[in-house]
Amino acid sequence: MIELDRVTKTYPGATQPAVESISLRVPEGEICVFIGPSGCGKTTLMRLINRLIPISSGSISVNGQNIMGLDPIELRRRIGYVIQQVGLFPHMTVRDNIGTVPKLLGWTKAKIDERVDELLTLVNLNPKSFRDRYPRQLSGGQAQRIGVARAMAANPPIMLMDEPFGAIDPINREVLQDEFLSIHAKLRKTVIFVTHDINEAIKMGQRIALLNEGRLVQTGLPDELLNRPANEFVKNFVGTDRVLKRLNLLKVKDAMMLNPVHCLDDDASEKVLEQMIRQDLAFLIVADRDHRLRGYVNRRDLRGHKGKVGDVAGRLTLTVSPERNLKEALSQMLSYDLGILVVVDEAGHIQGVLNSTTLFKLVGDTYDERGGHWERITAGGRIL
Amino acid sequence: MTTYDFIARNWLELTQLAWQHTVFVGIALAIAIVTGVPLGVYLTFNRRLADTVLYLAGIMMTVPSVALFGLMIPILSVFGHGIGTVPAIIALVLYSQLPILRSTYAAIRSVDPAIIEAGLGIGMTRAQVLLKVQIPMSLGVIFAGVRVAVVMSIGIGAIAAYIGAGGLGQYIFNGITQTFDAMINAGAVAVSAMAILADFLFGRLEKKLVSRGLRRD
Repeated sequence: MIELDRVTKTYPGATQPAVESISLRVPEGEICVFIGPSGCGKTTLMRLINRLIPISSGSISVNGQNIMGLDPIELRRRIGYVIQQVGLFPHMTVRDNIGTVPKLLGWTKAKIDERVDELLTLVNLNPKSFRDRYPRQLSGGQAQRIGVARAMAANPPIMLMDEPFGAIDPINREVLQDEFLSIHAKLRKTVIFVTHDINEAIKMGQRIALLNEGRLVQTGLPDELLNRPANEFVKNFVGTDRVLKRLNLLKVKDAMMLNPVHCLDDDASEKVLEQMIRQDLAFLIVADRDHRLRGYVNRRDLRGHKGKVGDVAGRLTLTVSPERNLKEALSQMLSYDLGILVVVDEAGHIQGVLNSTTLFKLVGDTYDERGGHWERITAGGRIL
Repeated sequence: MTTYDFIARNWLELTQLAWQHTVFVGIALAIAIVTGVPLGVYLTFNRRLADTVLYLAGIMMTVPSVALFGLMIPILSVFGHGIGTVPAIIALVLYSQLPILRSTYAAIRSVDPAIIEAGLGIGMTRAQVLLKVQIPMSLGVIFAGVRVAVVMSIGIGAIAAYIGAGGLGQYIFNGITQTFDAMINAGAVAVSAMAILADFLFGRLEKKLVSRGLRRD
């Protein structure tokens, strides 16, 4: 856990503080993203935590201990540190780079070697072929994987990451982000992640702290920043396409409607048709007794059919997983011209349905900050 | 008499002179490296002093070597060492400071600040960053400076014979005064051969000490 209490930093000779009276709490195991335009103080704020920069006033505590009461070297060995330029030591092999802190801590060679291999595996690099390489023999993405491994060598409970994937090409950046998220899901470290890229912040952050001119403008869940920006600055910073970003953030399972109207494959066709007419349904999802998706039927299929629905049900191949994000689901809907998508998990069980109306309503909500305005505006003609 | 004949006939004396040459140049270089490298490293922490020291070392290089040896005489006479090996060594130390200082200073300073920050950030002390990161990373460039100093000192060391330090320069000076070409040639060839050999040996040592990770291939 990291707690900042009215933290201020004024560089010598500067009239304005670089960071001013920031209070923030990062719970254990959470990724907190510091974001803001360049010069907003995000990197300064991060470096105050491991005392690379001395604090001017206020206090910072790490796992309940005030950092000013700790030896800065000891403190840094308990905090992993990853920077954009990677900063691997070019004269050392990958093994020695990763083993730097353990060696300083006096681990035995055998223990260091074991830890190095374990970490290489964790960052998806084959220990056998990477252990003895030098940094110049690594690609940018590989180098930063080693950078992350080095930061985690002594198993620090906290990690500070300063634009770690900023210098990596967009495709590899995505891969590294995903990998880091899955490592984080396993190891649950408390992470401070600095970036200037709002998309990265939304993807990586469980909590986002937006800074501007040394002050904290808004903190909250990514969705809160997108959905309820505190002021114009936040709104502009997150971008005019914040709706699309929000779709990227939300998962199908967040927006789907549960328990959709359906029938079972061994229901009688006549009875189902009768109900469809009564409820004015053009088509209907067909499931089996285990709630697995069997397909769909429309009224024409059922008209005059005597027997079970399952015999005439058409196959429904375009489904979506509840874990996909809404942007992908929406693009699937638009490209196949579907009004509705059935949400099916890996085992084939129906989880719900996603229809374009709910999706667009969600989109609308992002803009309709006071609630309900759109509907009142869209119908009714001239006001006077 | 050909140069070859001269060398063949005076083999023993040539070896003695070469050894003399090696000793005072070697002592001078050892002192220059032991003082120059740490001073160069220290200067990286003191910019203002660095400018002054490098400027002075630069001026030292502009003094013609014969003049520098000559200047040693009145100064060291006070201590009773006006001529001989001691002033020769002092002059050579002063000469070789510049390449060693300048290369050390430049090499340490050229280490990417991001690497230093990474070192500090993961919990190395400033001294550890210097000893385990900056200096090992700078060795290649420091060696380049040392090799320049080595070759230069061996060459300039020949002039030390002028103030009675002996060495291979003695053949050159005697050869000039006696207009004995073979003697001059023997001295010159031996000095060159020594410089080439020393440079080769330092090159081997460099290869051994500088990390493979810093080599460009």
